[in-house]
Amino acid sequence: MLSIDHLTKHFGGLPALNDVSFDCPAGRITTLIGPNGAGKSTLINCVTGVLVPDKGSVRLEGTEIGREPSYRIPYHGIARTFQNLALFPRLSVLENVLSGLTVEAETGFLKSIFRPPATRNHERRLRLKAMEMLDRFVLAGKADWPVGELSYGDRKRVEMARALVSGPRILFLDEPVAGLNAEESAAIGEEICRLRNLGLTILLVEHDMDLVMAVSDGIVVLDSGELIAQGSPEEIRHNPKVIEAYLGRMSVTA
Amino acid sequence: MSAKDKILYFIWLHRTGLTVGALGLVLGFYPLFQDNPYFLGISNLIGIYLIVTIGLNLFIGYAGQISLGHAGFVALGAYGSAILTADLGWNPWLALIIVALLVGLAALLVGIPTLRLSGHYLAMATLGFNIVIYTILIQWDKITGGPSGFAGIPPLSVFGMPIDDELRFHYVIWPLAIIFLTLALNLVRSGLGLGLAALAQNETAASALGIKVSRAKIQVFVLSAVLASVGGSLFAHCFTFVNPHSFSIFTSLELVTMVVIGGLGSVWGSLFGTALIVLMPEYLEFFETYKDIIHGLILVVVLTVFPQGLISGLRDMARLKILQRRDIAQH
Ligand SMILES: Nc1ncnc2c1ncn2[C@@H]1O[C@H](COP(=O)(O)OP(=O)(O)OP(=O)(O)O)[C@@H](O)[C@H]1O
Ligand SMILES: [Mg+2]
Repeated sequence: MLSIDHLTKHFGGLPALNDVSFDCPAGRITTLIGPNGAGKSTLINCVTGVLVPDKGSVRLEGTEIGREPSYRIPYHGIARTFQNLALFPRLSVLENVLSGLTVEAETGFLKSIFRPPATRNHERRLRLKAMEMLDRFVLAGKADWPVGELSYGDRKRVEMARALVSGPRILFLDEPVAGLNAEESAAIGEEICRLRNLGLTILLVEHDMDLVMAVSDGIVVLDSGELIAQGSPEEIRHNPKVIEAYLGRMSVTA
Repeated sequence: MSAKDKILYFIWLHRTGLTVGALGLVLGFYPLFQDNPYFLGISNLIGIYLIVTIGLNLFIGYAGQISLGHAGFVALGAYGSAILTADLGWNPWLALIIVALLVGLAALLVGIPTLRLSGHYLAMATLGFNIVIYTILIQWDKITGGPSGFAGIPPLSVFGMPIDDELRFHYVIWPLAIIFLTLALNLVRSGLGLGLAALAQNETAASALGIKVSRAKIQVFVLSAVLASVGGSLFAHCFTFVNPHSFSIFTSLELVTMVVIGGLGSVWGSLFGTALIVLMPEYLEFFETYKDIIHGLILVVVLTVFPQGLISGLRDMARLKILQRRDIAQH
């Protein structure tokens, strides 16, 4: 489905990604793990046009998308969330989720200033769609609240709802449960599995190992920009390189 | 739903249209009660400024950018109309439209390089633009009349009737202002408006959702320049005389003050802010002398209390209170 080939990105002299290649098979959850600063977010940013990779390619069913600007990416049916919430704090929950439907929205200038009935009806349909998504994430009661007033857990869910409302084929989730309590994490974990069962291709970045082991179909391990291991959850759990990468860091921080 | 609920719901659903309608009615009948040309002249000036600040608020308040140079676009509209009508004998309405389109083109050319900048840099670049325009108006006196100004601009006319007094001008300027107000209200409720608000708050996220940020910024900049130009043309025909002093960077600051005080991201706020700043010197004599200081003070006080401006701040506060009360009622 999505193949990443020889992807390389340097910041100044620092290699954040070095010749990383792997595939995300269709309808599967591929999880990217690795210590802090391993390059996981950089990889997602390179694939979604937020950053331009130095070398390498990203192909979606054979089409090169690695050099496409960020605003073109959703038109390929790709949606993402950000590690440090990237919401619109002064807009309402509903408006935030509606913004996830930008690719379907009417953005013609004349239609926007005159708002003929067809445009209004179209807007109403999008609004209903957004409301349905709020229902699914138990946010309907908060629809009119400015996002900035919400709890962290609610905000995380708003971002998930915004990413999903357009019905993407591919979803990138950068630490969707970071900072959530056990109950909230479990709910998001279930939602991720449900989406996979609906046929979405998912690239997940996550530190929570319980969640990673529970949901992943395949795991890719990065360390200092290098791909050090790749395999099923069972293989990764017992991979000595992975254990070392993690334990090595832990002994430094301890 | 009871009948009363139904009526309330109808009012809520159509609140924007009803408010616009009410404003139209009040202004339609206003001259019947107040036909003093002096007061009509002031309200006409509010209408002219309003057309400019509606556009500027789209750019500053919704799209989250800054311009300290919009008086430059007003100047281009005013002098453009003056030259085409007084020197070349064009029809004023045709001149207004052609000049507005040309100013839009100029804004496109100015906008493409400058809108890559943000924050202070954008403020400086637009300020620079205003200074360039101002200097040209002063220096190029063969065409512009230089510091002493450009006189003899013909009035507008409608069906052969010259719009040469305050009362007639009232019935030209306010319908136009209300049309622009309505179109702006539509725009901000559309997907395009949502995109502007989104990019103002987080460009990376907006872009990841499919909003072409650089193009959206340029579009709204051009739109605001076109509105500024229309305001400038109307200004020229209203006073039949213009001079460079009306379009200095202090006018740009005044326009920004109107937008910011009223409320960033509130079309109605623009009406309030514009009216307040135009009216204040009429009621407070010392205001005229200390105008710039007072503007500054008002800005500081308003922004300290309501960072989003007065009307937007009050609106957001009321909205939050209602939501909180509803929340408590439910639990
Ligand atoms: N925009 C940037 N400019 C410069 N350096 C950057 C930038 N973004 C990331 N880096 C650096 O690149 C490296 C990889 O960062 P990245 O955010 O991809 O790590 P990560 O694996 O997502 O870590 P974490 O688990 O903490 O989120 C880090 O050393 C980081 O400091
Ligand atoms: Mg990260």
